[in-house]
Amino acid sequence: MAEKVKNSAVFFNPLSKDNPVIVQVLGICSALAVTAKLEPAIVMGISVIAVLAFASVIISLIRKTIPVNVRIIVQLVVVAALVVIVNQLLEAYAYDVSRQLSVFVGLIITNCILMGRLEAFAMQNRPWPSFLDGVGNGLGYATILVIVAFFRELLGSGTLLGVQVIPQALYDAGYQNNGLMILPPMALVVVACIIWVHRARNKELQEK
Amino acid sequence: MAINKQSNGYTLIYIIVLVAVVGAALAITSMSLAAHKKANADADKMRQILAAVHVVPEKGQMQQAYDKYITSTIVVNSKGETVEGSDAFDIDVAAEVKKPEAERLLPVYIAKVESGTKYIMPVYGAGLWGPIWGYVAIDADGSTVYGAFFGHQGETPGLGAEIEKPGFSEQFNGKELWKNDVFSPVAVVKKGQKPQDDRDYVDGISGGTITSKGVSAMLSDCLQPYADFLKKVKDNDVKNAGNNK
Repeated sequence: MAEKVKNSAVFFNPLSKDNPVIVQVLGICSALAVTAKLEPAIVMGISVIAVLAFASVIISLIRKTIPVNVRIIVQLVVVAALVVIVNQLLEAYAYDVSRQLSVFVGLIITNCILMGRLEAFAMQNRPWPSFLDGVGNGLGYATILVIVAFFRELLGSGTLLGVQVIPQALYDAGYQNNGLMILPPMALVVVACIIWVHRARNKELQEK
Repeated sequence: MAINKQSNGYTLIYIIVLVAVVGAALAITSMSLAAHKKANADADKMRQILAAVHVVPEKGQMQQAYDKYITSTIVVNSKGETVEGSDAFDIDVAAEVKKPEAERLLPVYIAKVESGTKYIMPVYGAGLWGPIWGYVAIDADGSTVYGAFFGHQGETPGLGAEIEKPGFSEQFNGKELWKNDVFSPVAVVKKGQKPQDDRDYVDGISGGTITSKGVSAMLSDCLQPYADFLKKVKDNDVKNAGNNK
């Protein structure tokens, strides 16, 4: 039944028309928290892609053995284990970034996108489509994070990936970084702007 | 399959096996990465200690820089006496702060930089959202602050988090801890205000009042036990004590 959906659609839909952040409005919490700078946003995006892809494959592989009444717990255990492993890898190999992400890597466990995709897709589909679905949704999430972080870091700190991009001459002429961009509320505003642009271009998404 | 997957027995065994497998996977990951993580945490600590004496090493040069500038470390008690048997670097300051002053183990890192010997002391306290900590370097006169570093776990960006910026910590340079032979750690007060006694003070952060007060309380709580030690330093009574690393 679900096999009728094409693999390409499974992979590409979450990038735009079925984007987890701007269409399904999931995972907003972490989108606010880690997007003040571009680098943590990218690492967070990669972490979510990795966790979501592996969790989807694992759940899909064992989907026929999972007792129905404890399936959410099984999903949680798998996700939690993967998140802890990712967190440990970051602590070992990307210490500075893991300090910036602090608690939010751990909070991937509670990211609605994960449980949502596992329950809605991986539980019914074979490993390969589940993997594509996981990567697609993870990419959809990461894309939005990176876009938001791009604007927040550029306007809030005048840098991109820590490199100064706004020339000193502008500061000398009286330009100032927008301190508000660093604070979480502006992430919400930027996300809202992205949703606005996105819906304006995709008329079928507009509510009547 | 003949097994009833909805039975309690199946569910129980399934969960037990799952948890055992996951537990083993996590244990293996943790053990295989332990050395890496310890090295990272140590390097970060060294970075912070060196920041207090205005030394900023290149990435990857941390250990060499630490070995170069930190000539020895000692552990003292609140009477200023040297305590043998523990390594200053491994002392958990967060745990020591919870003990009564008389029982605390107080690490001191002795640094030699161009302008002479500096005594670096760790401090630890609470900000608004979580712990804050720092390292304060004192000149060989036992009173003048040579430099300070502050760190935090999750203070508000742009407000409380400003304590980790040089703009805040550099204010401490040159402040005195002793006033008329009374030990009085530097206070952090609102701009335009003064502390009640004549102790030295720096400006707090506008909008970061609770974090600023936290820094002030941290300095007085954590430096007070060092009073006797610093008195000895001041009276030139500390003979190059300490275990060379």
